[in-house]
Amino acid sequence: MTMRGGAGGLAGGALRVVSLYGDVMNVYADRGNVIAVGARARERGVAVEVQRVGIGDPLPEDADLVLIGGGQDREQRRIAEDLAARGPALQRWVDDGVAMLAVCGGFQLFGRWYRDTSGVELPGAGVFDVTTVAPGPGWPRCIGDVLATSTLADVGEVVGFENHGGRTYLGPSARPFARVTFGHGNNGEDGTEGALRRRAVGTYLHGSLLPKNVALLDHLLAGALSHRDGREVSLPALPAPYAARAHAAAAEVARRRAPAFARDARPAS
Amino acid sequence: MGTTSVRERAAVLAGRAAGAAARTLRLGGGTALPGLVAARIAPDLVERLAAGLRAGTVTVTGTNGKTTTAHLLSAIARHAGMEVVANRSGSNLERGVIATFVESKTPSAGEAGVAERRLGVLEIDEAAWPSLASRLRPRVAVFLNLFRDQLDRYGEVDSVAEGWRAGLRALASGAGSGATLVLNADDPSVAQLAEAWPHRVLAFGVDDPRVALPAPEHAADARFCVCGARFAYDAVHVAHVGRWRCTRCGRARPARDVAALAVETAGEGARARVAVGGREVELALPLAGLYSVYNALAAVAAASALGVAPSSIAEALAHATPAFGRQETFDLDGRRVRVLLAKNPAGLNEVVRTLETAGPPLRLLALLNDGIQDGRDVSWIYDADVERLAPLAPTLVCSGDRADDLALRFALAGVEPAVVERDVERALDRALEATPAGARLEVVPTYTAMLRVREVLARRSGRRPYWAGERS
Ligand SMILES: [Zn+2]
Repeated sequence: MTMRGGAGGLAGGALRVVSLYGDVMNVYADRGNVIAVGARARERGVAVEVQRVGIGDPLPEDADLVLIGGGQDREQRRIAEDLAARGPALQRWVDDGVAMLAVCGGFQLFGRWYRDTSGVELPGAGVFDVTTVAPGPGWPRCIGDVLATSTLADVGEVVGFENHGGRTYLGPSARPFARVTFGHGNNGEDGTEGALRRRAVGTYLHGSLLPKNVALLDHLLAGALSHRDGREVSLPALPAPYAARAHAAAAEVARRRAPAFARDARPAS
Repeated sequence: MGTTSVRERAAVLAGRAAGAAARTLRLGGGTALPGLVAARIAPDLVERLAAGLRAGTVTVTGTNGKTTTAHLLSAIARHAGMEVVANRSGSNLERGVIATFVESKTPSAGEAGVAERRLGVLEIDEAAWPSLASRLRPRVAVFLNLFRDQLDRYGEVDSVAEGWRAGLRALASGAGSGATLVLNADDPSVAQLAEAWPHRVLAFGVDDPRVALPAPEHAADARFCVCGARFAYDAVHVAHVGRWRCTRCGRARPARDVAALAVETAGEGARARVAVGGREVELALPLAGLYSVYNALAAVAAASALGVAPSSIAEALAHATPAFGRQETFDLDGRRVRVLLAKNPAGLNEVVRTLETAGPPLRLLALLNDGIQDGRDVSWIYDADVERLAPLAPTLVCSGDRADDLALRFALAGVEPAVVERDVERALDRALEATPAGARLEVVPTYTAMLRVREVLARRSGRRPYWAGERS
């Protein structure tokens, strides 16, 4: 997809978006994040070039925004090795200020490692200082609506839907993306949701996430533009009425029926 | 076989009483309550009642098309003189199956031969199939397709397939080995079930190159063979359904015993020239879309496994009607209203394709609910290719509990909603206002939204409510 910005839009070349394993890590509608980035950038007069990178495909020279979603267990095992091999390149990018959004399985594999129920460790890309453990039998999956408050001041309240078995724990250098008000979050124990490193965001939230969390979408777009232009870019306010209403509806649903965060993701004793 | 225990009779009577009470009180039509009550009294009721269906039981499972396939097969079986016991739409878990049995007419002693002609045609929830099949011991087991659906409820697509394989292995080694499997040859997740079944298999598929999609859809789920290699496609028909083969191990779409050689989909119906049992028959279907042709092929294959002659099958289908909420049409104030249920990305994509075939101008009422039966999570709307509706420039009304999510999805797809109105009846009024007399309004709801909108449509057009329908 290539979109040309109109005259008077933000200057510079097209925003380079890399969609990682979009044909495999696609089980839970995280494609909506790619759609939302394209639409919002177009609204802001920014051209976007999306490059899809699959198993074995080379990464491009550079990127401004990297997106990865969640997949099924079998598919995640398939990509783990390929992704881990890209770890050094992705870590260089994140330190260079590339914006990233890694959701659910993608978030887990962007961590240090993932240990499955039989104790086998899958290596991660090491973008986030987090580790994930698949708990033993009897532990319920963390499923349901989520309402959380981001630690990013310009993002605020975020809504989404989580569905994960693995429990993710933050390492010493990791900062959570959000704190959970309703839902389970990273592990159902410490109230954290997701992780941050520079302009990279890891999270368990589907929904799709970016369409109805426009503050986060703008935060990532601003980060990607800052990387492209080599200077801090801040975006002017731009209303998003459909997104605002969908956000409010999802928040209302989470308040009404998701469990208030209460360390409840444990086996029934 | 012939004698029933006192406890079993008591269970059936208590179940019927519960069903009658539920209907009187309007408790959702009472489709499941009789089953709950009866199962409490007699836990082995499924086995005992299934054994009373002397012509055997056909189970129909898969993500999409269960109700329509069971409905078409029932029509064929009745036409062939069988006494059909079929469950109503949505009652496809254990308690719904028991309710079906409990409320079905028991042949009296005077009706000679009726018992021998009793055939069960039961749609079964894909996750419930493994445990129910071992108790029902089907004569024919139909597997339609496997798509992502309500991941918050069913879990991953892979785990549903694994459940089917385990269920088949258990059935194959036990008393269920006489069953015929009816498999969709074009869906690799379904076709490969033959490897878990050493007994009789009938495969169905589409062999018309004109139905191929220009590009694979986003909502394709079976991408990798069990050997680990990626599937290659000579043609994609629906999502990951098509002419598939593995480039490494040689697994490929099996030969079709029932094949659609030429498919025409236009307007409110579809036609197909079908090869079955060494003959070719022309099928005229009351349903639009390629997905309806797949459902019909499954019904034809199942009927053929039951020994129904191809000519009789074609005759029956020519007089069939749409199933509840699945392409049903209603006439209202000189406007035609068509209800196209869509519950998941693959299903919605097929509805989109059917609307594309119908062409502009499109007047569309789309409804999204997030009840338990819809799936609490509404993320899935982003996996469907609603972008394809943009060129039709539809007049769009969004409704349902999550109307705002739907409006956002369409807006991102370049289809600006004309109206966003959560209340179903008010939204229907607005959509009808936007539909000129003599024109057609397309209504695309999720499951519980379908129940609601259909109730309004039935009331206004003078049709019976659903708990009074279906059973003839
Ligand atoms: Zn293979």
